[in-house]
Amino acid sequence: MLEVKDMVVAYGRVNAVKGISFTVEEGQIVTLLGTNGAGKSTTLRAVSGLLKLVSGEIWFQGARLDGTPAHRVVELGIAQSPEGRRLFRQMTVEDNLKLGAYSRRDTAAIRSDMDRVYDLFPVLGSRRSEPAGLFSGGEQQMLAIGRAMMSRPKLLMLDEPSMGLSPIMTQTIMKTIRDLQADGVTILLVEQNAQAALSLADRGYVLEVGQIMFSDTGRNLLGDDRVKLTYLGAD
Amino acid sequence: MRVIISDETKVRFRYPARAVGIVGAVLMIVSIFLPWSYGSGALDDVGFYGAPSPLQFAFVVLPVLILLLLAIPLVGKQRLGQWAKTVAWNTSAKTASLATLATVLIGLAAIAIELKGLVNIDVGGFTALVGALLAAVATPFLPDSPEPTLARVKSPTWLQILGIVLMMAGVLFAAAFALNQTDAGAFLTFVAFLVGVVLVLRQLGVMAWIGIAGANNNRVLVLAAFATAFAFPFTQNGSDANMSIASQVLIFAAAALGLNIVVGLVGLLDLGYIAFLGAGAFTAAILSESAFSTLDFHPPFIVVVLISGTVASLLGLLIGAPTLRVSGDYLAIVTLAFGEIFRITMNNLDGNDGPNLTNGSNGIPGIPDLEFLGFNFGDAHVIFGVDIGRFANYYWLMLLVIALIIVVFMNLNYSRIGRGWVAIREDELAAEAMGVNTFALKLLAFAGGAFLAGVAGAVKAHHDVSVTPDQYVFLESAFLLAAVVLGGMGTVVGVLIGATILKLLPEKLRFFSDYRLLLFGLLMVVMMQFRPEGIVADERRQMEFHDEDEELAEEIEEELISHHAHLNPERRGFDL
Repeated sequence: MLEVKDMVVAYGRVNAVKGISFTVEEGQIVTLLGTNGAGKSTTLRAVSGLLKLVSGEIWFQGARLDGTPAHRVVELGIAQSPEGRRLFRQMTVEDNLKLGAYSRRDTAAIRSDMDRVYDLFPVLGSRRSEPAGLFSGGEQQMLAIGRAMMSRPKLLMLDEPSMGLSPIMTQTIMKTIRDLQADGVTILLVEQNAQAALSLADRGYVLEVGQIMFSDTGRNLLGDDRVKLTYLGAD
Repeated sequence: MRVIISDETKVRFRYPARAVGIVGAVLMIVSIFLPWSYGSGALDDVGFYGAPSPLQFAFVVLPVLILLLLAIPLVGKQRLGQWAKTVAWNTSAKTASLATLATVLIGLAAIAIELKGLVNIDVGGFTALVGALLAAVATPFLPDSPEPTLARVKSPTWLQILGIVLMMAGVLFAAAFALNQTDAGAFLTFVAFLVGVVLVLRQLGVMAWIGIAGANNNRVLVLAAFATAFAFPFTQNGSDANMSIASQVLIFAAAALGLNIVVGLVGLLDLGYIAFLGAGAFTAAILSESAFSTLDFHPPFIVVVLISGTVASLLGLLIGAPTLRVSGDYLAIVTLAFGEIFRITMNNLDGNDGPNLTNGSNGIPGIPDLEFLGFNFGDAHVIFGVDIGRFANYYWLMLLVIALIIVVFMNLNYSRIGRGWVAIREDELAAEAMGVNTFALKLLAFAGGAFLAGVAGAVKAHHDVSVTPDQYVFLESAFLLAAVVLGGMGTVVGVLIGATILKLLPEKLRFFSDYRLLLFGLLMVVMMQFRPEGIVADERRQMEFHDEDEELAEEIEEELISHHAHLNPERRGFDL
């Protein structure tokens, strides 16, 4: 579904992503692991059209994606829940969700999708006319995911959805991600919580300073010594 | 600076405080029948026995209010019943007393300055001062009232509508009264009085009640507001002096509303906005029948308006397309420079270098009045026995333009485009990630705002009779921006109020003109310190300035509860 080939992305003269390649098959959950500065968020931003490639190619559903402006990328079916959630804090829950559906014009369907989000996260439904900034971290993460779902994406990219959340809240979010996959959404997940991410993922890629070091199935990576040492804190 | 008086002291002194306060209020009421000044050249002639001036008649409202607020609770809690808690008797009396003292002090200072010396203050002035001091010293010793619950009292629709109508009538009266004060001291005293009345009404809970009444009867409120604005020329008896100011205020307000889209909704800082007003004005002047017009093409005004707006928005696109891709600070610098380039270009298009379009610094004088469907805007006429002059015609035209702008603005604000704009203001990157075409939307706002300014400029050209480049200096851009910020970014009512203040005060306080900028600077600093969201706060914006402000969160919650209780027939949860 998504194929990234030898992608190089730079901020000014500094290459943040130094020629990575990976693929996401339809219906899979794929995770990118790595420490801070490994280039995970940069990769997501490049896919969603917020950053330009220096070289390399991105293909989505058999068509060339790189060079497409961000708002077109959303229309093609790729949604992103950005790092740090980046909600519109002064807008209500409802308006945040409406913005998530900005690329769509089918009002009735938007309405029913909104109800679906409220079903999934009842706390959002009961406080739908409150500004997003008043919500707790976990609730904001729910809203960020809900907002990204509102564009009815084929591919949903989540950037550290568990950041700053309690273990229980993390579990809830991870369960939601699995539910989304069951609904047929393909997911590209960026995480620092390798344990949680790998137990979900069909496939994982490990990034270090802008390069992919190795990749394998989620299950194999969970048992991999190198992963254990660096990301799972085992000795 | 807050003097803290302990609760025990307040309980101990509550009776003497009330008595002294009442004496003070009575003294002030008596004082209007005594001369405030020797001689009659001060304020609006306050030097007579037994014949209060209009200003004194208006002033007496505050002492009478104090008297009522202090005296009525004397009938006892039992007989007051629920009203004991519905109205904030004591706290309102305190606010009213302090406001009255401020008003008296300004009035006396005006007398002393205008008649040159404190000796010109007569017995009435001193009586008022003593009364105001007594009330202002005594009322803080009264126990604090609980928060007023007036807003939560259920009221029938007819009463709510009556309240709205009365408020609008009050606004109309106050506006006409303030504008008719030719004396600067009298104007200032009246403004102080008005601010006092508004503060007292707020304290009483009347403002909150009106707010809910307005929310429940939205259409009535809007209609009443426009009827009030429409009725204003009838209060002026054909006098052009005030109508000229009023029509200028509306032209300024229309431009400010355009800027409000760019700055208030989308968050783009435009420091050269006056250039768009100028572009509209010059276009209309060049296409007008003026003998100094440089083009031999004079279409009817309705076409001219569209051309003026289009020229302005094309300029907006021209300046926006290359700069809107960069972030805020660069845009501010580029627009600032653009404003200057516009003015200098208009100055130089005099035929010496390049074509003669604007006659250089002489500009285009002698622009004839508008002709519209056979109606000449320069003609005075009589409606309902009241003379309606030239400026009143322009005033009504601008009122119509502003009404259209407001309709467009409101529809945009709650539309898909409006949501996209606000999203860009809040977090441009996130908006882009959501699929908002940020560049196109910013460009649209820029061109749309410029179009509105161009339309306002086209009317301005005919209104002002002549158009010259030096009317469109950077300072005017700054004032437009100040009107938006002062009034409340992103709101319509706020920007209208801000525009009125910024245009009206300089006209009324001409003796102050040397210090005008100093005064505005101070005003802005004070506003930014104490109420950064502006006079009227945008509901979506308030959080920006008071993020994680517990008090505000509580306030919002309370407001929701009170609103809810108001809609709910059963009152509950607030009986103390």
